[in-house]
Amino acid sequence: MSEIYTLIEHRQGEIRDISFELLSCGRKLAEKTNSNLTALILGHNTENLVGKIKSQAHRILVIDSEVFKDYNSESYQLALSDIIKKANPFITLMGHTAFGMDLCPALATQLEIPFTTDCLDIDVVDNKITVTRQVYDGKLNAKIAVRDNPSYLFTVRAGCFLAEESDLKTEIANIDTSVTEPDYRKFVEYIETPAGDVDITKSDVVIGIGRGIKEQENLAMVEEFADAIGGVVACSRPIVDADWLPKDRQVGSSGKTIKPKLYIAVGISGAFQHVSGMKGAETIIAINKDPNAPIFNEADYGIADDLFKVVPVLKEKVMELK
Amino acid sequence: MDIIVCIKRVPQTAEADVTIDYTGKEIEKDRLSFDMNESDSYALEEAVLLKEKFGGEITVISLGHQDTEDTLRIALAKGADNAIRIKAEDFDELDGYKTAQIIKASISDLNFDLIFTGCIATDDAYSQVGVTLAELLDIPHASLVIFIDTSEKRAHVHRELEGGLMEHLDISLPALCTIQTGINEPRYASLIAIRRAAKKEIKVLGKEEIKDENILLNTQIEELFIPPKTKEVEFLTGSPGESAGKLANIFKEKGLI
Repeated sequence: MSEIYTLIEHRQGEIRDISFELLSCGRKLAEKTNSNLTALILGHNTENLVGKIKSQAHRILVIDSEVFKDYNSESYQLALSDIIKKANPFITLMGHTAFGMDLCPALATQLEIPFTTDCLDIDVVDNKITVTRQVYDGKLNAKIAVRDNPSYLFTVRAGCFLAEESDLKTEIANIDTSVTEPDYRKFVEYIETPAGDVDITKSDVVIGIGRGIKEQENLAMVEEFADAIGGVVACSRPIVDADWLPKDRQVGSSGKTIKPKLYIAVGISGAFQHVSGMKGAETIIAINKDPNAPIFNEADYGIADDLFKVVPVLKEKVMELK
Repeated sequence: MDIIVCIKRVPQTAEADVTIDYTGKEIEKDRLSFDMNESDSYALEEAVLLKEKFGGEITVISLGHQDTEDTLRIALAKGADNAIRIKAEDFDELDGYKTAQIIKASISDLNFDLIFTGCIATDDAYSQVGVTLAELLDIPHASLVIFIDTSEKRAHVHRELEGGLMEHLDISLPALCTIQTGINEPRYASLIAIRRAAKKEIKVLGKEEIKDENILLNTQIEELFIPPKTKEVEFLTGSPGESAGKLANIFKEKGLI
């Protein structure tokens, strides 16, 4: 029987959400291809991690060693290349995350197996694989055919598969390892973003600004609107890159995840990295002059117009109605 | 410290209308403007900053068509010393894996301490070339790099993880880093530098120079399509005054103000 492998991602003792999504994706693929699903855990003191994913796969393969306490793609690669070479699973899945992006291309290249990254969906028909990816700033999707091979490696985008309950009978197996951390890449420590004066996760109303704001001086206009509506100003990545707002105001996968009652995206195009941080908001408004901007796919209400004309009027109208 | 920077000329699609062409596999590019890929410009700036500190030479390399030479000249004007264009017209369809193999074959006679690439290209969004290239060259890598402090032999780098967390690594050189946006503030090229760069020679490599017979393509685009809507947005129309008025009323109805 063929095998689907999913690599369990964890950090600082916690299994990452993406791992449960990968297990869902893996079970679907296993069912479709009549395969067994194996969850791979590389870590240290893994009992707790194993407990969290029990019943989610046919088998959990554990490699417990101090070297895997913190993620290091080079140590992981040393261990995984051996395992995959021996077992030759049909498909190995990992997250399209800082972890998977750093590991998948190197591991697949070493093993000379075809791979692709940031898959939204993976389809198998008669052992032929096509994946769906997003291209051109998220404006289009692409169906991609992957060259024929007995074994494949893919990274899967967060948020594309729902984490689901499962009651599989799970066998647990342990593998010993002789891998040590290589001198050419050493993990030193984690560094947290320092907390600022505003906690954007605590506010019921958040106004997010993006590239469309054009100039730093235009921040004042949004700050005034935020004061009028009783909200705080957050942002997408380009605003932090330009140093107009501190990192702790960034909403998105590399910033904060927020779930306010109201989120107003102003001049934000809606890259998936940003959307993943705000799609849990109860009501989402988008103001952007490009009616085809991906942000409108996430919004409940949209205004496809010049934000510099809309926002000042909106401030006045809100103050009138308050 | 010698540094190779891999750059890509990409269509600027973030704020433009993107339409699929007659093949169904490509987009209409006539009305789009093109520029250096965003994270590549941060990669180039990081190389220039290191050159200013340690000396050495920067070579920029790009796999692209003739017009890519404009982008390479901008890189020369911003501080690169040498530029190489690999002729995309010689290599049919490309993906991240094939691109990395071609770049590897193109830099085989170059000395380097570091290779920088952007962490993602905004057109095909693979995030593959850098890490694949490092593996093909058998050198260590760090992706999504947001800070570098390097000596001649080793570099301390910070990788950007999720949720505002960073990871501090200590890697040996030569190494490859894929650079995340925001690591620095990319400079503008001065007019004098642009004029000077216009006279510089760009080395052009094609199939004759890159004789690797085993270059493989992992993936091929079958079709492009418009992403299915996940949510139906209600557009509020009219003049800015009208649409803003409608929105303020919705806030009121929902008890949000």
